[in-house]
Amino acid sequence: MSLIYPKESLNAYPKHLSPEYKSTVKRSPSKPLIIVPHTLSELTGPVFGHDAVQDGDADLTKQHKGEPLGERIIVHGHVYDEDKRPVADTLVEIWQANACGRYVHIVDQHPAPLDPNFTGTGRTITDKNGYYKFITVKPGAYPWGNHHNAWRPNHIHFSVFGQSFLTRLVTQMYFPGDYLFPYDPIFNSVPDEKARLRMVSTFDLENTIPDWALCFRWDIVLRGREQTPLDNDEH
Amino acid sequence: MSDITPSQTVGPFFAYGLTPKGRCEWAPNGSYSWKETVGDNLITPDATGQKIHIEGRITDGDGVQINDAMIEIWQADSQGRYLHARGEQPRPNAKFTGFGRSATDKNGVFGFDTVKPGAVAGPNGKSQAPHIVVCIFSRGMLRQIYTRLYFSDEAANATDSILNLVPADRRGTLIAHKEAGTEPSCYRFDIHVQGDNETVFFDI
Ligand SMILES: [Fe+2]
Repeated sequence: MSLIYPKESLNAYPKHLSPEYKSTVKRSPSKPLIIVPHTLSELTGPVFGHDAVQDGDADLTKQHKGEPLGERIIVHGHVYDEDKRPVADTLVEIWQANACGRYVHIVDQHPAPLDPNFTGTGRTITDKNGYYKFITVKPGAYPWGNHHNAWRPNHIHFSVFGQSFLTRLVTQMYFPGDYLFPYDPIFNSVPDEKARLRMVSTFDLENTIPDWALCFRWDIVLRGREQTPLDNDEH
Repeated sequence: MSDITPSQTVGPFFAYGLTPKGRCEWAPNGSYSWKETVGDNLITPDATGQKIHIEGRITDGDGVQINDAMIEIWQADSQGRYLHARGEQPRPNAKFTGFGRSATDKNGVFGFDTVKPGAVAGPNGKSQAPHIVVCIFSRGMLRQIYTRLYFSDEAANATDSILNLVPADRRGTLIAHKEAGTEPSCYRFDIHVQGDNETVFFDI
């Protein structure tokens, strides 16, 4: 299967420079990016075997002696390409704050407790249908220094590979109805509202497990669609 | 109309998940217990060709080191073969993946141990000079930025079709310089995200 990667699809992305998110000011390219064709070097990308993950890596509630505090949740969904074909056997990595909004990372020193039973990182490989599933706890909101009284909406960080080095995606999954959305410059760096809402998971009652865990569904769509005879060859 | 999932920043706190061995002391004992999936040493027993070290420092628009970046590289093997379904030739040395990931240390320095890639197929049936595709993530980057690393001791750079699309006065930012007297050879590749000597980034 030969995929092409139209650049217009990237219109859904934030601009490199989004001054409301202050760190972008000195960390975004200021000169025009150079347009180059996609060569074999971009159209290929890392492949992962199932040895990239170990049993239990996808259950963040079972990595320590006891269970972490917080709302236990299931986060699941599919990874697709732009034609809605499943992206099978691709590595999905996540990391997140604990239920109190604190990361185990040493730079996060805000006064919320660490949980000795929670690290907050997981990974899995999608199955042949592009399906992934994690069990974790709902991350808390946390303050950050971008502006006065800045708080990040609850989110889980995702890293996904896909079929080439062009499909590489690092993003964040949000939770439905978060009251912090209007105030968050990272969430709002995505200019189009419909695109923004594609970063928000949906509550999944059907797959919520009675007396055990709430479930959220989130599908991820990566770049790439099949070339049709009408397409100009971009390569 | 495309409905791809937008990119968001990797943020400042990815280290314990993505680069647990790290280069900064982001964990009380220097590294996190989480097993590393991808690291900065690409060399495997079946890797053939010239072993090299790549080292560089990444800085922001004020010339300040970026100590919380993640640099990923993707390359062919020493004979110009990618390990991928799209790679045109079968690869006997399948343990050498050609994919690496490095954190930066407190000085913004990243590094890789790998082998020098061979020339790979390029546009219009011409081969490309040996190069590595580089993808950069950090706090303050809402989406990854892509660049390429070429080698200072490759005559093929002069005719490389991608390099030739770059204005001549900026091409130098893509060249990793071989340091004299290093064994294995060390190639220095500094990345300037912004500023007078800004590295060339690609719109791909
Ligand atoms: Fe975060």
